[in-house]
Amino acid sequence: MRDIYEHSAGEDLIIKTSVRLLVPFIQLFGLYVIVHGHYSPGGGFQGGVILGAAFILLALAYDMKTSQEYMTIRVNALFTNLGAAIFIGVGAVSAIFGGLFLDYAALNKLIPLGPIEWHSFGIFLVEVGVGFTVMSIMVLLYWNLSSSGTLDEGL
Amino acid sequence: MKHLALIATLATGALLLYGTKDFPAWGDPQAPASTYLSPHYIEDAVEETHVPNIVTAVLGDYRGYDTMFETVVIYCAGMAVVSVLSRKREEE
Repeated sequence: MRDIYEHSAGEDLIIKTSVRLLVPFIQLFGLYVIVHGHYSPGGGFQGGVILGAAFILLALAYDMKTSQEYMTIRVNALFTNLGAAIFIGVGAVSAIFGGLFLDYAALNKLIPLGPIEWHSFGIFLVEVGVGFTVMSIMVLLYWNLSSSGTLDEGL
Repeated sequence: MKHLALIATLATGALLLYGTKDFPAWGDPQAPASTYLSPHYIEDAVEETHVPNIVTAVLGDYRGYDTMFETVVIYCAGMAVVSVLSRKREEE
């Protein structure tokens, strides 16, 4: 793994340093937007875009290889599919346990939290799935478009 | 053929615009959506889902299918871009 703290002497020292300081806060804010979607504006789509933007910023300020060290292409593919699978899986499991598709109250038979609490928690699970998919698709789109499909070196 | 397609498009558009004349007025309190659906969401969403943010409750629960296929649309967009653009760099 190349050292992210290694500064190349040049005009982008300021950009690299500020991005290095900003990225953890951007990611934390993205997670906050996803998790706090029950109480404030936000949710999976918005939070996922913010999380994806953190990786895109890393790829812009350093290079594409650096961002691929933090999220490899395989992990990106995994997250893409995992997110969609979480969403559809939650819907399918609630259908299997006797409810309708995406009727989270039926999951109460699996883990007894109470049907209304399951509505709340089911929405949370679904939003997490949306966040995974949106984050990795945003990064994937940037990688592909900026490197014209080769995913090795971009802008 | 191009002219035929243009005429078909214009005719469909005109038909759709004509259809909007029968829609309820913008924000009409007597519109079917405002008489039972919106009041149900506004009054019962917190009791039924324990989610204080009604928008999240509607998106994640009442309109779960919609949100699911929005996710699938984004997924398909990513897959389309990958399948169109993805390639190995040629040896130079």
